Amino acid sequence: MPAVQETIDRVRKIDVDQYKYGFQTEIAMDKAPKGLSEDIIRFISAKKDEPSWMLEWRLEAYRRWLTLDEPTWARVHYPKIDFQDIYFYAAPKSTPGPTSLSDVDPELLKVYEKLGIPLREQEILAGVQKTDASELEEASDNVYKSGRVAVDAVFDSVSVVTTFKKELAQAGVIFCSISEAIREHPELVKKYLGSVVPTSDNYYATLNSAVFTDGSFVFVPKGVRCPMELSTYFRMNEKNTGQFERTLIIAEEGAYVSYLEGCTAPQRDENQLHAAVVELVALDDAEIKYSTVQNWYPGDAEGKGGIYNFVTKRGDCRGDRSKISWTQVETGSAITWKYPSCILRGDDSSGEFYSIAVSNGYQQVDSGTKMIHLGKNTSSRIISKGIAAGFSQNTYRGQVSAHRKATNARNFTNCDSLLIGDQCGAHTVPYMEAKNSTAQFEHEATTSKISEDQKFYVMQRGIPEEEAIALIVNGFVKDVIQQLPMEFAVEAQKLIGISLEGSVG
Amino acid sequence: MLEIKNLHARIVDDGTEIIRGLNLTVKAGEVAAIMGPNGSGKSTLSYILAGREDYEVTEGDILYNGQSILGMDPAERATSGIFLAFQYPMEIPGVATMEFLKVAMNEQRKARGEEPLKIPEFLKRVKEAAASLSMDMAMLKRPLNVGFSGGEKKRAEILQMKLLEPKLCVLDETDSGLDIDALKIVSDGVNALRAPDRAFLVITHYQRLLEHIVPDTVHVLYKGQVIKSGDKSLALDLEANGYAGVIGEAA
Ligand SMILES: Nc1ncnc2c1ncn2[C@@H]1O[C@H](COP(=O)(O)OP(=O)(O)OP(=O)(O)O)[C@@H](O)[C@H]1O
Ligand SMILES: [Mg+2]
Repeated sequence: MPAVQETIDRVRKIDVDQYKYGFQTEIAMDKAPKGLSEDIIRFISAKKDEPSWMLEWRLEAYRRWLTLDEPTWARVHYPKIDFQDIYFYAAPKSTPGPTSLSDVDPELLKVYEKLGIPLREQEILAGVQKTDASELEEASDNVYKSGRVAVDAVFDSVSVVTTFKKELAQAGVIFCSISEAIREHPELVKKYLGSVVPTSDNYYATLNSAVFTDGSFVFVPKGVRCPMELSTYFRMNEKNTGQFERTLIIAEEGAYVSYLEGCTAPQRDENQLHAAVVELVALDDAEIKYSTVQNWYPGDAEGKGGIYNFVTKRGDCRGDRSKISWTQVETGSAITWKYPSCILRGDDSSGEFYSIAVSNGYQQVDSGTKMIHLGKNTSSRIISKGIAAGFSQNTYRGQVSAHRKATNARNFTNCDSLLIGDQCGAHTVPYMEAKNSTAQFEHEATTSKISEDQKFYVMQRGIPEEEAIALIVNGFVKDVIQQLPMEFAVEAQKLIGISLEGSVG
Repeated sequence: MLEIKNLHARIVDDGTEIIRGLNLTVKAGEVAAIMGPNGSGKSTLSYILAGREDYEVTEGDILYNGQSILGMDPAERATSGIFLAFQYPMEIPGVATMEFLKVAMNEQRKARGEEPLKIPEFLKRVKEAAASLSMDMAMLKRPLNVGFSGGEKKRAEILQMKLLEPKLCVLDETDSGLDIDALKIVSDGVNALRAPDRAFLVITHYQRLLEHIVPDTVHVLYKGQVIKSGDKSLALDLEANGYAGVIGEAA
């Protein structure tokens, strides 16, 4: 059919210019020498003024990492990474550590301005206005409406600023960079760091434990509902630099926090490595909502360049009746390897995973979740929407397991894939394992092509082709978009539209 | 307003010719009924008018207000005023009917260089149109056509037609699936839109609809051609005697 041929031609022409965050910034940087060794780790630790226990922790992880092999089970292909050719530490010279807004290099502020990220405390998220649509549907009550968002901005290896700190402190909430937390709140860090993702967990997590440079730390004490959205924006700027972010979020008994991370990087021909570890701990009756809008540079039309995104994210529902919810909108990166998971340890605890993964061009996505049911009456819910266009490969990989003692464990999984064109692939790899006969697991999966009938119908109403595709795709991902904080839902919808530009004829 | 001249069209996939030298002229203000046995090419004709890519025009032309529309894509044709009420409307999961209406209306306005509608004005128009078709506003919050009954889908088509105010309205079996009351409501809706600068192509199998929407002309389509044209009495004749006579005459 001509439609398909045209689609293929258009996809061939995908222009890197569509990546709107690809600009680079000249900022004087302080870097460690290239490569990885114990000395480099000592260098990083010293730069961050860390206590000796932290250095020891890193070195131990490093020694273990040397004994590990890179995993190969994911459905992604890439040349071997040369770890001696990467800078493991790069920080803007002017900003040796977190400072107040007035101390931040104006060049850096400009970067965040360009990215539309609000570092000025009075601003709401730039560019996100209340939509007409939200006026039509009465906004549901559980969305956060005040429009204020506290931001931790991480530029390459360091956090450059964290906003609204004072106001959060009044509520008892600690929100700062992990480097600062190691210095200022060592007892909390010692207690929780590595308690969800042990240093020995997997190749990339072990590497991260050795060399992590910055990330966010959140502590919400007992009974406190965090008064605003917290968010971190990660920006990779320097060439040949890895970003190894480490984030730790703790919600004590009855606490609630909603956290969002966003990521962008300049357009570069070389691949860059991002290997993050995120740990969440929810005690009795606590709830953590963690949302990601990932838009790392995906590479150009030929598949050159782009970020390798190898991420370990895990939440521990440690307390009874605790709840952890992951929502992710993944549109960027050349390769994504990411499985935000929940350990449902507490009785009656629940875990959720809502995911939209969009791949275009030559992107490869292997993402999904693990729901490990350990406690009684635990429940989990997985809604995954994969959209593949161009020559991309999009895999959902999920594991749901119930331990012997996990009586009445329940899971509902729904994985839908949508294909645009016929050069891309979508794959679903679910593993289910119940060691307890009372477990109830439900799994639904569908794969569909965006139908020419639907597209024709929508266009017949006067909606041009690209808008028609975006409309249909946004309908397809609606269930997941609804999980995002309202401020970000609109942004995410736009991002999905942009990511698919040029995917149709 | 519409001039179809010696139109030949085939299915792109397998080359089967469906429209085989079709001629039809419809004037502004006219209501033309298209009748014909199953599989004669009525829906195909409506799709070709709307610009569906599955069909390829191999000969002839379609002139709309004197201009050929063959080079225009479906969205451009829609924006120029051509509307098709589908025989089988598509379901659009996850897209609220209301949201869809807003996007469609505003995209058409944008193409004409007009400002998007302000929300209160938009709501007012939708409420009025929905009320005139006895449609519940609650239904408009549901995803477009998803789980709508056959009759509800047809009403939703007419709702869109009312709101988009097209100039050439093609209704493909809008009467099928409608109950007696709904038939009346929908027909009244169509009649209210009759205007000197607007034409209708009403595809139907039944005289019943044409009692409500009284046509100026009636055309019989058979094997991809118009084999007979007449006034409203032709429809009555077909109702009484079937297609055999007309087909025999033409052969
Ligand atoms: N995409 C297609 N692939 C194969 N055959 C097709 C296609 N589109 C139309 N046809 C065939 O073309 C012929 C005309 O179909 P069309 O739907 O236009 O008939 P119709 O007059 O609308 O019939 P009905 O009264 O049943 O609605 C039929 O034989 C149909 O099977
Ligand atoms: Mg038909």
